[in-house]
Amino acid sequence: MKVPPNTSEAPPDLLYSDTEDDLRAAVRSLLTDRADVPAALVRAESGNPYDPELWSSLAAGIGASGLLVPEKLGGQGAGPREAAVVLEELGRSVTAVPYLTSSVMATETLLACDGESTSSTHVAGLLTALAHGHRVAVLAVPLTTAPDGPLPAGAAVVTGVADAVRADVLLVLGDDGLYAVETASPGVIVEELTPLDLTRPLATVTIDASAGLRIAEPPLAEAAVRRGLLAGAGLLASEQLGIAEWCLAEAVAYTRGRHQFNRPVGSFQALKHRMAHLWLEIVSARAAARNAADALATGSPGAPLAVALAQAYCGRVAVHAAEECVQLHGGIGMTWEHPAHLYLKRAKSDEIALGSPGRHKETLAALADLPGSRR
Amino acid sequence: MTDAARLLALTRKLLAEHPPAGTARTDFLKARFDAGLAWVHYPAGLGGLDAPRSLQGVVDAELAAAGAPDNDPRRIGIGLGMAAPTILRFGTQEQKERFLRPLWVGEEVWCQLFSEPGAGSDLAALATRAVREGDPVSGDWIVNGQKVWTSSAHLARWAILIARTDPELPKHRGITYFLCDMTDPGVEVRPLRQITGEAEFNEVFLTDVRIPDAHRLGEIGEGWKVAQTTLMNERVSIGGSRLPREGGMIGQVARTWRERPDLRTHDLHQRLLTLWVEAEVARLTGERLRQQLAAGEPGPEGSGMKLSFARLNQEISGLEVELLGGEGLLYSDWTMRRPELVDFTGRDAGYRYLRSKGNSIEGGTSEVLLNIVAERVLGLPSEPRNDKDVAWKDLTR
Repeated sequence: MKVPPNTSEAPPDLLYSDTEDDLRAAVRSLLTDRADVPAALVRAESGNPYDPELWSSLAAGIGASGLLVPEKLGGQGAGPREAAVVLEELGRSVTAVPYLTSSVMATETLLACDGESTSSTHVAGLLTALAHGHRVAVLAVPLTTAPDGPLPAGAAVVTGVADAVRADVLLVLGDDGLYAVETASPGVIVEELTPLDLTRPLATVTIDASAGLRIAEPPLAEAAVRRGLLAGAGLLASEQLGIAEWCLAEAVAYTRGRHQFNRPVGSFQALKHRMAHLWLEIVSARAAARNAADALATGSPGAPLAVALAQAYCGRVAVHAAEECVQLHGGIGMTWEHPAHLYLKRAKSDEIALGSPGRHKETLAALADLPGSRR
Repeated sequence: MTDAARLLALTRKLLAEHPPAGTARTDFLKARFDAGLAWVHYPAGLGGLDAPRSLQGVVDAELAAAGAPDNDPRRIGIGLGMAAPTILRFGTQEQKERFLRPLWVGEEVWCQLFSEPGAGSDLAALATRAVREGDPVSGDWIVNGQKVWTSSAHLARWAILIARTDPELPKHRGITYFLCDMTDPGVEVRPLRQITGEAEFNEVFLTDVRIPDAHRLGEIGEGWKVAQTTLMNERVSIGGSRLPREGGMIGQVARTWRERPDLRTHDLHQRLLTLWVEAEVARLTGERLRQQLAAGEPGPEGSGMKLSFARLNQEISGLEVELLGGEGLLYSDWTMRRPELVDFTGRDAGYRYLRSKGNSIEGGTSEVLLNIVAERVLGLPSEPRNDKDVAWKDLTR
């Protein structure tokens, strides 16, 4: 009988390093300075939620977009643990930036292709441009794609592609390899959809892969895409952690100050117990998210399990926190003016993104040898 | 010489002078205590050497490797974990010298007389009375009342006891802390049978128990403050050690799941996977907490761990009984017993299901712990209270 791999030999590093704390402080300071909820709401409704100056400060100023890219290609030579910290902060502020899609998923995919003989110069050049934030690339797969799920290989039309409207390059899985396709090239059509989460635009893309340059052949092509998806799913857990943290902090602050029945509503046990439960979930989500980031960073063979575990847990926590945040705000939580809805919409979309919790539990059932009923 | 090297040298000297193979267990433990190697962070002369607590492992590893006996810490957990740190902090020199050595060696077992039938979550409302007899400065105390949920009371030589010495004061201020002789003729111990059929705990009836003033710990009326030290150490001791994956209760049900495909249903599978995820995340949360403590940055996460494990133990054992179907209808043995040691994951699924119901009650109910998290960690305001500035005697009971 297969026994689940024991992790007792080299325990994961679940803490934040001093460097990671410094990085967080820089990102948070930038996002706090540029936080402008009314402006963000107007931008979101316009269909172009991105703030170009913010992206430039985050990418070129702080260097966040190059964290996963080696220094020789113009990146920071850091890794998934650091990128996870950036995503916590981006989740905390529901910022509309193509960070998860371009700086994590497309970048990881390209890193897996780097070194292939014919196109390595092109891949290296693209990685450098992504690291500097000059260009944006996204995987042409539905946002719902799980790391071990079906891929749209050879599809002419792919729907639900996140941040495609912001992308300069699409990474397209064709029948005979992975292609880098310029969105500006003829034969590529990017049609904007109306997303539940206005801060992460979705589009249907119509692609002719032959318009692009082949950067990987089978079977590397699929493996590279799956590596990008695994990194994306693992680090999405940190974004979900950040969302949940904001929602709890906001709910606590609001219920401390809001008075009904001549007392702060946060003094009622019926409410404070709900917030204590959320705190407990967030503490747990942090351990799960750090574990996934560390497993990706160390290239651990346990990474698929760590990622599936984090995704099976953290997505639900973010949704629960966002739903509680709305409820604990009462009427104001239902308004367009209050930002709680942006977090709810992001949390609910993130729950579905890169494999739902239920999808990841099925993955765990196989990895942990807990097979289902055959009846 | 570094602290670690010094401790190692002293440990080797102890082993050379008292070879475990040729020394009676108690004699070895007494020699270890007198060498300052019992709990190295305690003061010299009281079983320690004023060394950092983190170095205890150096001593323990060397002694274990030499096959030396230990003091069976699980049998004397209340003495080691709760009585000793409180005596160390608040005791007189005479009290420390009298009590700590036999406590650590295990010659004298301790129990805790805190909870009462009318004072559970609201411990400070306790009603056991201690009244002074004779001389107002040095007279003995006469104690009457009833305590409950006392583990080891039937084995204990001594108890830590809190009792009300001034009913005219608000409840937190009229309490005094005592060391109670369990052999006093006024102490009656009765087993308290639980839903599992056995009796881990006792009821203790105190009738005109005489306690000399020399056995008072701390000042008169300061008992609540002294008790905080005891209770804080109780929470610290619920930290646990590093667990492997599936190391807790989830491991039992996962094994059954793998071995018994005939028991599987779709619904149980979904619930098992959810609990497996939560148990593994809880394990990692505990691991993260340990890493924080090791890095000298303790977080408030500890207050949450007991909440998580109580709920998980209950849900996992409940699932296990259901999974077992017809076998889940059976129970190993209802015979009334008084186990010396308690193992939450031991015995059969039915026992685990029933025993884990206590996990959300003992050592602070989950509801009280949620209040603590909400108020102390999140900073939410407390419920309005009407019991703080009222004389204890005027409270509704």
